[in-house]
Amino acid sequence: MFLIAGFAALIALPATADESSVQLKKAPGLDKVEANCQACHSLDYIPMNSPFPNAALWDAEVTKMIKAYGAPIEDADAKAIADYLKSNYGS
Amino acid sequence: MITRRHLLGTAGAGAALALSGLNPKFSEAEAAGASLTPGVPSGVNSVATMEALPGKKPLIKLSYRPPNYESPLETFRTAITPNDEFFVRYHLADIPAVDAKTYKIAVGGDGADNPVELSFDDLKTMPAVEVVAVNQCSGNRRGLSKPHVVGVEWGYGAMGCARWKGARLKDVLDKAGLKKEAIEISFNGADGPAVDKTPDFIKSIPAWKAVDESTIIAYEMNGQPLPHWNGFPARIVVPGWTGTYWMKHVIAINALTKPQGGFWMNPAYRVPLGKFPLRDRFITQENATSTPITEMVVNSLITSHRDGARVNAGKLVVSGIAWDGGYGISSVQVSADGGKTWSAAVLGQDLGRFAFRPWSFNLAARKGKNTVMVNAINKLGQSQTSELIFNPAGYHNNVMQNITLNA
Repeated sequence: MFLIAGFAALIALPATADESSVQLKKAPGLDKVEANCQACHSLDYIPMNSPFPNAALWDAEVTKMIKAYGAPIEDADAKAIADYLKSNYGS
Repeated sequence: MITRRHLLGTAGAGAALALSGLNPKFSEAEAAGASLTPGVPSGVNSVATMEALPGKKPLIKLSYRPPNYESPLETFRTAITPNDEFFVRYHLADIPAVDAKTYKIAVGGDGADNPVELSFDDLKTMPAVEVVAVNQCSGNRRGLSKPHVVGVEWGYGAMGCARWKGARLKDVLDKAGLKKEAIEISFNGADGPAVDKTPDFIKSIPAWKAVDESTIIAYEMNGQPLPHWNGFPARIVVPGWTGTYWMKHVIAINALTKPQGGFWMNPAYRVPLGKFPLRDRFITQENATSTPITEMVVNSLITSHRDGARVNAGKLVVSGIAWDGGYGISSVQVSADGGKTWSAAVLGQDLGRFAFRPWSFNLAARKGKNTVMVNAINKLGQSQTSELIFNPAGYHNNVMQNITLNA
């Protein structure tokens, strides 16, 4: 519970002014990307790693964020995030 | 679609056009003046900007948080990289400002008889040594991998060379009573993850490398305190080895009788076993298929010209730098005819075997296209590769450059 609460507090922090200049493509799932991914990293990581990843690679990246880096992302959100990445930043 | 050559040849004009809204095809990166390395994923164009972190000159921003900023090509026209142009690389986003007055390094572990705590002053009163050494991110040039692999998509600039001053790690370990059973020395820095479940960035090196006379805990960089973004107040310097072991803001050093575990030792920072011609091995961390990245492969960079540059026909000086894992550069070979014939470049000042070695080459540029290639050779006889040795993390890219100069 403590971890979840701590996580919520973190994502409530405003992004820095510079960081807010990163604009991802407006498409279904962007809200889940913003609510989860930027708890740990700025969103420029996504376009930087594009458009080369295929669907399997984007799935693997989302799984890595959860399994290796411990991102507390719910299953439904993880699927929405992966779908967004495949549709907008995939090959 | 803008071709790579066109983009490079007209970046300045493109920026002006983009700012005036006349040519929306030019990317934001160009508008902000970031000249990217040809071959990085096209998406890098949409996020890379020239931006200055506090205390730094504008560098090529690849990611804001954690901060990953690479040095532009022009930075490497001198063998020593200025502190305010030195690249910045972090894995984790919680980066505290460390106060040197209260700073402590805890030295211990099960491989040490006498755990000690060192203050910044303690460190500075120990015998000081200096070493000029290249700090290169393991993933430098990852953006040039074919096929592309995920990670920070560095071009040429995730590296720098500085004169580091500090205390020998061996002397610090001796204070802590290093046992002969110790096989690895691990490091932790003050920076940490944004969420608790992300593995903290902890790295180890073999005990034999830790007690090497060149391995130091540096508190000065080019005669100045370390910039915050490069590890103030002190960082580990492991000359010859890639930057992953050069722990910034180091606060814990542990002598270990068992191998260091954790994500950042395995699966991260590994290369397939046997793929690279490396002498330094990290045996206690090897498994059947992979081994930790260790020493840098021999490499070079043309710094006088970008690919596609316009030059005048006739006499021309092409110059750059070469470096390796600490054996020293013995020769730099240059070809002006696409690899058919090669001649030796003139080597510049030798700042030591771990430093960038400047080189220059007098070329007779012919009218039309001149294809210039460079191949550095070290004192072990190792040279650069003509084809990429692909590996999943995009490490050790020392493919010879092949640039076109148009006269």
